[in-house]
Amino acid sequence: MADVITYRQAVAEGIAREMRRDPTVVCLGEDIGAAGGVFKTTAGLYEEFGSGRVWDTPISEQAIVGAAMGAAMTGMRPVAEIMFSDFLACCWDYLANEIPKVRYMTGGQVTVPLVVRTANGGGLGFGAQHSQATENWALTVPGLKIAAPATPADVVGMMAAAIRSDDPVVFFEHKGLLATKGAPAPPDHVVELGRAAVVREGADITLVALASMVPVALTAAERLAEEGIEAEVIDLRCLVPLDTRTVLGSLAKTSRLVTVEENPYQGGWGGTLVSVVADEGFGLLDAPVRRVAAECVPLPFADALEEQVIPTVDKVVTKVRDLTAY
Amino acid sequence: MTESPHPDAAQLLALYEQMAVIRRTEKAAHDLFMSGLVKGTTHLAAGHEAIAVGASTALRDDDYVFATYRGHHHALARGATPEECLAELMSRATGLCKAKGGSMHLTKASRNMLGSYAIVGAHLPMAVGAAWSARLRGTEQIAVAFFGDGATNIGAFHEALNLAAVWKLPVLFICENNLYMEYTPIADVTAVANPAADRAPAYGIPGEIVDGNDVVAVQEAVTRLAGRARAGDGPSLLEAQTYRHFGHSRADPATYRPAEEVERWLKHDPLDVARGRLAELGVPAGTVIEADERATGLVQAAIEAAKNAPAPDPREALTDVWADGGAAWRT
Ligand SMILES: Cc1ncc(C[n+]2csc(CCOP(=O)(O)OP(=O)(O)O)c2C)c(N)n1
Repeated sequence: MADVITYRQAVAEGIAREMRRDPTVVCLGEDIGAAGGVFKTTAGLYEEFGSGRVWDTPISEQAIVGAAMGAAMTGMRPVAEIMFSDFLACCWDYLANEIPKVRYMTGGQVTVPLVVRTANGGGLGFGAQHSQATENWALTVPGLKIAAPATPADVVGMMAAAIRSDDPVVFFEHKGLLATKGAPAPPDHVVELGRAAVVREGADITLVALASMVPVALTAAERLAEEGIEAEVIDLRCLVPLDTRTVLGSLAKTSRLVTVEENPYQGGWGGTLVSVVADEGFGLLDAPVRRVAAECVPLPFADALEEQVIPTVDKVVTKVRDLTAY
Repeated sequence: MTESPHPDAAQLLALYEQMAVIRRTEKAAHDLFMSGLVKGTTHLAAGHEAIAVGASTALRDDDYVFATYRGHHHALARGATPEECLAELMSRATGLCKAKGGSMHLTKASRNMLGSYAIVGAHLPMAVGAAWSARLRGTEQIAVAFFGDGATNIGAFHEALNLAAVWKLPVLFICENNLYMEYTPIADVTAVANPAADRAPAYGIPGEIVDGNDVVAVQEAVTRLAGRARAGDGPSLLEAQTYRHFGHSRADPATYRPAEEVERWLKHDPLDVARGRLAELGVPAGTVIEADERATGLVQAAIEAAKNAPAPDPREALTDVWADGGAAWRT
């Protein structure tokens, strides 16, 4: 096994491991077969498992997710790819109305064990219709589990948990992380959904981040350490289930909280998280909570403009400095 | 391709009795709604019985069925009891979906009737997925999606047909063309005369039209097209022409429909058509009356049982979101 693998390779590896152990796991999506996916996140699956397990679809987002749902209701564990997360809007009915409601409205008669994978977020200069961080869309819908890993090992471990889940999972793979490298996942690696990771320990302030914002928060923490501020960094990993326990536990130690979000402030997951903290952890706080989030604009094209919009290391450092001085 | 023989007198009487049960259940649903015992809304399928019964009896018990908010008849035809259905409509704990679904979501998963969906057209891709799954598992099951004429103008219809055709899946699309969307005639908003059948050639699949008020004609057509799907020859589209006896939903009096049109269709009532066929087969009128009486008795008992059933435990509101039974969004 290589010393390091890329996040991109980890996606295919995570799916392949599950396909090997469970013959009911099948993949469908646009260009995912011999082409290996537009982001090469399914590279090698077609060669290993063939056209009977890896199915190329037409450009039909409703049919992709709707068919995955029908297959999941009837004994399969489909993994559907929606190429860019922006395109989830084309099949939003399935994410908002069909998949998450069917178990409930049938009184528990129907189970939908499927995974919808999608390439999420900015950083690659794809412009406003191919760059959004859309995990918040899913967060507004009761009945969906939401995974957004930040490291290759987590990609593999959370993919295993997502595919084995009897509940529907929307799996956000971050485009800006695809080329990043990390330790490979050990054999049989499973990362339970809804378990955040403390990826850096610190006593002065808690930074909570997700996906692409985890390395941003970690870099900010290194810089802050030079100034004598020790930040604890939590990788949330999942939005549903939301690991509020780990966040509240960290606050008991640090008493200060900053969320670092790629999505716009308005409607972002940080709003939900800090409302739990305000409700249940107010006594733990020695300062107001702060949120570093994107501006509420469509994501612009140019790097210089994009930097204005989404959180950067500098923005996080500045916000934390202000807060520690509070 | 299998040609089904005409049903014999006993078989046809059984089909008739199923239709009679559905008709009476729909009438009960209407009366209970008008008397305030059914809240929300109902979309009655009185007039569509021959499609549900003809198609269902042409299928295998383990085939998959997906329906719309106008789906009481499909749930009943696939094995849900009038009591379960009426209890669901009346918000009782004994309802088909524990009173979490209501009229628009009747589902009998144990009989592979996998739901009634209230977003127009949404379930067509699901049926494609169920057919795909059947093929992957090598079971020779097929999947059937019942939908209205209005659904043929929504994107999911076209995506589903194309995907089913290119993957050559065992799925049967059955359009219940009752001439209206909600209140607008389908002809006013559709570019072709036969909203379903005329679109089939665009996907390279058979598109047929059948008299949806003749249970025998429906059963024969579905037997043939289901056989085709099961044999690996891919999907097809059946447009069953029919008419709804009630308005679109709730207490809609359907005054937008021309009187002579209503009269013409009411004369072509599926129960009358079946009665005519029974007479041709020499079944005595008394035998048919006995079937009607059994249907009336069954539905009357169902109404009483549903009325006497308990309301759901309010704690049930927080169950059945997740596979563990609960609804927790945080750890
Ligand atoms: C996507 C969507 N748009 C609109 C509606 C509102 N609506 C409910 S039923 C209906 C008419 C559908 O007509 P048709 O498909 O012919 O079915 P029928 O009611 O005749 O059985 C409409 C517009 C809906 N439920 N879903």
